[in-house]
This record gives sequence, structure tokens and C-alpha cells, in this order.
Amino acid sequence: MSGRVPWALMVPALAGMAFLVLPLAGLLVRAPWSTLARRLAEPQVLEALRLSLLTATAATAVCLIFGVPLAWLLARVDFPGRRLVRALVTVPLVLPPVVGGVALLLVLGRRGLVGQWLDHAFGITLPFTTAGVVVAEAFVAMPFLVISVEGALRAADRRFEEAAATLGASRWTAFRRVTLPLIAPGVVAGGVLCWARALGEFGATITFAGNFPGRTQTMPLAVYLALETEPEAAIVLSLVLLAVSVIILACLRDKWVNSP
Amino acid sequence: MTRPTALDARLVVARPGFTLDLDLQVAAGEVVALLGPNGAGKTTALRALAGLTPLAEGGHISLDGRPTHILPAERRPVGMVFQDYLLFPHLSALDNVAFGPRCQGAGRADARRAAAAWLERVGLVEHASARPRHLSGGQAQRVALARALAVRPRLLLLDEPLAALDAHTRLEIRSQLRRHLADFDGATVLVTHDPLDAMVLADRLVVIENGAVVQQGTPGEVGRRPRTDYVARLVGLNLYRGHADGPQVTVEDVRFSVAERLDGPAFVAFAPSAVALYRSRPDGSPRNLWEAVIDGVERHGDNIRIHLEGPISAFADVTPAAVADLELAPGRRVWASVKATETHAYPA
Repeated sequence: MSGRVPWALMVPALAGMAFLVLPLAGLLVRAPWSTLARRLAEPQVLEALRLSLLTATAATAVCLIFGVPLAWLLARVDFPGRRLVRALVTVPLVLPPVVGGVALLLVLGRRGLVGQWLDHAFGITLPFTTAGVVVAEAFVAMPFLVISVEGALRAADRRFEEAAATLGASRWTAFRRVTLPLIAPGVVAGGVLCWARALGEFGATITFAGNFPGRTQTMPLAVYLALETEPEAAIVLSLVLLAVSVIILACLRDKWVNSP
Repeated sequence: MTRPTALDARLVVARPGFTLDLDLQVAAGEVVALLGPNGAGKTTALRALAGLTPLAEGGHISLDGRPTHILPAERRPVGMVFQDYLLFPHLSALDNVAFGPRCQGAGRADARRAAAAWLERVGLVEHASARPRHLSGGQAQRVALARALAVRPRLLLLDEPLAALDAHTRLEIRSQLRRHLADFDGATVLVTHDPLDAMVLADRLVVIENGAVVQQGTPGEVGRRPRTDYVARLVGLNLYRGHADGPQVTVEDVRFSVAERLDGPAFVAFAPSAVALYRSRPDGSPRNLWEAVIDGVERHGDNIRIHLEGPISAFADVTPAAVADLELAPGRRVWASVKATETHAYPA
């Protein structure tokens, strides 16, 4: 179809585009380029960056270990209440992260349902620790991985698993040697998305893990804090997060951005 | 049958609107072709044998005297070649073939050695490291066969093994497959809707329609004595069910003189090429003769196939010259006859 683009669509479309792009452009314009290198080398920034990368990666690992099997269960095993379980698993996707943090505190906090027991039995306390950051990030990011992997599993031809079965493969072997390699692109994409979500996590982290530099203060927390005291530092930190986002988008472009 | 029965099965699969119920016995070294129209239940039968589709009440499978239906698919001594092969795309040809031996507990090196030997048998050593997407259809088919045989199955299942191939490759792969099946000492069940594949590859045909066996026998028996319209079409014969009274079988109003002497319900079969057409009623015996209307005319190899409607519907194959001479066109009335010596009658 060709012809003139109607104004009624064109004007809001351009306005929408500007709305999404302008703030990012503003970030670039206002960035203190001259002092950027020095600011980036500040120990507080480096510390936050290190902590962010560490916790996001650890959270992604946790999500992979638990999320891939969970996705498999949802995609391959017919059990009663599967739809309900799927709905529950994806709740963190729409739940305000702060609420997630409060919920984590209630369950895993020192006096929480599970936290109490963890403390007594193993002497483990999660809130306000680096491990707590990982827990908060994993809680928020896992649904992204589960949904992505489940989609890949549903799209994968199940008959390859049947072929594996006729060759003597148990379900576990078939999963490990056939299904997982086949859905690897979906797992990688889900993992990257999950990592990006974990990296940007704010609400649940600050609620559950607090804001202690070097221990629980990740990049987004540092940005928020810096904004009140040292706006230029906030811009620098934001730039770093923006750069990471752009890189991730570039990595995933074949998967999502160029969808038909 | 002198060979011992390797596979003894009653396959019962119930689905809404469809029930498969068929008895199947296959001797060691024997190749049985399940032949039938689409939706007859051929693939379902194969999947049931492999353990991919559960059997319903009353079904059982035993292989070499041992009950097999109680085992999950991965523990059955069964090898299967799928219609589109389902070679694992992320593994090389060699690792595809080595997959089965690995699952059976062989070490990586041993499994690969065994796989290499199988690839050599199917003539694909030089493609051992190729990924499936770089193999031609014929090569992929042979890798799939090697992969299925590498688990040393007692029962080999082939689902439309040649359907995905082009005509030329098909000819070549068919003869190779025949050789490999002859070397295989277990039972083989193959599914096809192509009568030629069935005739060339199988020792025995089992024809199924609507989930039940309608006819079985050697390719020669089935080819000479079809018992359903589907089989008759497959083997290219005109088939009628009538009533025999000595050397004569009456079908509708047409009386056929036949070489055999029979009594009671009987089939009469004859080839389309045995039918002669006339513009006017020929002199002589009123037997084997009927008046018909041409319903359709189409090319059939070097000849022309005429569809006849009338008291009985029939196909007649005539030369293009005859079509011109007799001005055979749809709607024309003709007389059709068939020589008694060219008909074949047998009890229904």
C-alpha cells in the first residue's frame, strides 16, 4: 500500500518518537564530556559498576539455573494448574519492584517466614547484603528468562525429542543433548534480557538490600543518590548504563529489533 | 513362514473419531509395508510400535517374545527413520549416528567408531563431519538410516522413507535401501503410500484403511488380487465385486466370462489396457461387453486413459491413435469389452 501518510497518524508518531529519543539526547548533550574520564575513574563509580556487573551476572546465573527448568516444566509437562503457575511466575513482570522488595523482606528477612529459618539453621541473612541484591534482581528478572525460554521451547520441534527417545535417550539426556542446543538462541536472548533487567533493577534492590556503597549500592542506586548531591556524577553513571543498554540492544537486534 | 516371528503386536489406539486396531506379525529379517491412504493410521501404528503413542486397552507388542509395550520409547529395541529424518541440526552426521550408541552407554570414542562404520556402510564416510543442513536429501536419508541401525534395533521402523526425495534420487535410494534392509536381521515395518516403494522394498504388504487391515499378502498376491477399491487403484486394476456362478461372474447387469470356476461372491479384476472400445456394438458374445459413456479423458504415460461410466465404471487405456480414430471425447457413448483370458476372478 502506498499514498500519503495521514497527518492524524504522522504527528502523534513523530511526537512519540521525540518523547522516547529526546531525554536520551539530553543526557548526551548535558554530559560533562571534559571531565568524563576522571569521573568514571572515581572509586565510588567503579565500585558501583563492579557491584552492578557482579550482581547482575550472578542473578542471571541464578535465573538460568532455576528458570530454564521451570520454563521446560511449563512448556513440556502437562500438570494440573499449569496455567495458574504460569500466571504466578510472570507476576514479578508487572508487579511494582518495590512491592517485590517488600515481599522479599517479609519472606527472606531476618524475621521472615523463610529468613528466620535460614538464620537459625545456617546463619544466613540475605537482606542488606550483596547476596540480597542478587536475590532481589533475580526475583525481578527471572520472568523475562522464563518467558523467553518457554517461547523457544514451544517453538522448537518436539519431534526431535521423540527421535532422541527412539535412539535410547532418557528425557534428561534428550533435554541436555538435543533440546537445549536447539533452543540455545532463545536461552541466550532470554539470558541477556534477564541480565539487562537485573542491571537496571532499583526498586526491589533498595527495598530488600538497602543502599550501602560497596556492598549493595549498584549503579541505579548510585545514580539516584548522586542526583541529589552531585548531578554531574549522576549523568556520568547514567551514560554508562545507557551505553550498556545500547550494546545489549545491538547484540539482540537480530532477535527482536528487526522482527518483521 | 520358516523364520521365527520377531514382532507380534496388536496395535490399538483410540482417538476421538478414529480407532486403530490392527494385528501385526513380522518375522525376523522380514520387511512388511503398511500401505494405506492418508489418515488410514499408518504413521499412528508406527508411532505406537516405537512407544511414541500409547496403546489403548487390549493392545500389546512383543519383540522376540518379550513384552515391549510396557517399556518407554527409550528402552525399546527399536530404531526409527522419520519421514523428514529429524537429524539433529546441531550435530554432525557422525555425531547424529553416534547419538544412539552414546545413549546406550558407549564411550565417546567407541560410539564414534561404531558410527563411522555405519556411515561407511551407507557410503557417507566423506560426509561424516557435515552438518545435516549441508547434506542432500538422499544423503540425509542414509544418515537417518545409519542412525536408526546404529542402536542395533530388533525392530526397524521407516516412516515414508522415500517420500521427501525427488524422483531421480528416489530410484537410487530405493535400491540402496532394499540392500540395507536385506542385510538387517531384525523385523522391519515401513509405512508408505507409494505402491512401487512397497512392492520393491517389502516381502509382505499390509493394507490398512480406516485403522483396520483390509488386505495382506505378498506384493504379487496383493497386486494380482486386490480386495478394495483403494488397492485396485494403487495397483492400477479395474475391480468389481459380483456373484460367481461357474465360469461366469455377474456384476450389476454385466456378465463376465472368466477363466476360473467359482461360486458365490467373487471379485473380478482386469487391467485398463485389457479393455477394448468400439463405436458400435461388436458382433459375437454378449459376455464381457457393456455400453458406457465416456466421463473423462486424460494422459496416462504413453497412452490415454478413458474413464467410463455405465452399469459399471471402469478405466480403459487406449493409444492416442485410437482416441483420434474413434473420436473418443467426454459424453460419447461407446461399447467396451474385455477378453475372458484377461480377467481374473477370485472369491470375495
